[in-house]
Amino acid sequence: MERMQVELNGKMTQLDGVATVGDLIRSKDLKPRMVAVELNGEIVPREKFDEQVLSDGDRLEIVHFVGGG
Amino acid sequence: MTEQNMIDNQQARYARQRILGVIGETGQQRLLDARIAILGVGALGTHVADTLTRAGVGFIRLVDRDLPELSNLQRQILFDLSDVERGVPKAAAAAERLSAVNPNIEFEPLVTDINPTNIERMISDVDLVIDGSDNFELRYLLNDAAIKHSVPWVYGGVISTHGMSMTIRPGISPCLRCVFPESPAPGDAPTCDTAGVLGAAVAMVASIQSTEAIKYLTGDHDSLSQHLTMIDLWEMSFRQVSLGERDPSCPACGNHDFAFLDRQAPRQTTDLCGSDSIQIMIDPAPSLSLESLANRLRDAGEVSYNAYLLRVQLNGYQMTVFPDGRAIIKGTTDPGEARSLYARYVGM
Repeated sequence: MERMQVELNGKMTQLDGVATVGDLIRSKDLKPRMVAVELNGEIVPREKFDEQVLSDGDRLEIVHFVGGG
Repeated sequence: MTEQNMIDNQQARYARQRILGVIGETGQQRLLDARIAILGVGALGTHVADTLTRAGVGFIRLVDRDLPELSNLQRQILFDLSDVERGVPKAAAAAERLSAVNPNIEFEPLVTDINPTNIERMISDVDLVIDGSDNFELRYLLNDAAIKHSVPWVYGGVISTHGMSMTIRPGISPCLRCVFPESPAPGDAPTCDTAGVLGAAVAMVASIQSTEAIKYLTGDHDSLSQHLTMIDLWEMSFRQVSLGERDPSCPACGNHDFAFLDRQAPRQTTDLCGSDSIQIMIDPAPSLSLESLANRLRDAGEVSYNAYLLRVQLNGYQMTVFPDGRAIIKGTTDPGEARSLYARYVGM
């Protein structure tokens, strides 16, 4: 695992010790079944979270369901 | 008014939409013939109802269980101080206001809790449903019912200065459970009552929902969004996440396992988020005479009632009772305490 910079929800973010989408979700204390993840413009299927490797410069959106209204 | 005048009025009323290329004469007629349901007439619901009433959507069902409160007026645009003082339920107050805006529209206000026992009746005879709710559970229930009856719905959610929207077409686009298989547990996510909400952010999300509804109802389905759209007005950002394909293993739209709809019995008590209130439901719903209940409660506290509800002030609590036995007990967040007050004064 290495250090990398990704664009996470529109902000440049330094990631340490994170290799996959699954790692990133766990490192943020999020539950995989409560978020949707888009990587470089493509939705990442939930069952691929642990396989999907991140690279320096990736653009990521991690989206939570908003409940107010 | 003669029929000719009526036609002239309608011509004038919708003139700017008739000349709008994306709507036109055909689109306007389709709007006039369309039927929708708006579930939840709060912040998003009032904005969308206002826009679609003015746009000429022919039939609008407005469903909400609550009464307008002073803290609603900052963002719930169809209510004013007199509605708060008169204690007219939101659905009825909204229908009253909107009838004055556009008397050509047929409104059906329903003052009721939305739950698995009644949601299918509310949505199965309309062309589209607008999500105006303020909680996760109702949206999953709506998703189940909409998939089951093949009715499209437009999700909207807003909190703080940001919000999101997504259009769900059963069998065609990913549904809510394809995108978010599990609902956050109560308390896991911030609510408008804990994080606050900017009225302008509500208006923005409601505008997205209203536009998606108009596209669908006028028949321009190719223009519907295939994204989850997220806005943050404070950051002035507008971001879209592609939704991809439907999830073939989705419990709702893949397997037709309607877990939220199949949970038949509504909860007996519900904490009404942030309003220091507990709602009590009686199943099966009785048919109460508010007048006779008022007579019984005269000695218990100050009682007032109208066609929709009865209100009694009891030693630091305020109990609002509806003809279907539902009650909102303000002044407590303890379901046990609320149930005991209900049992004592109304009877269980």
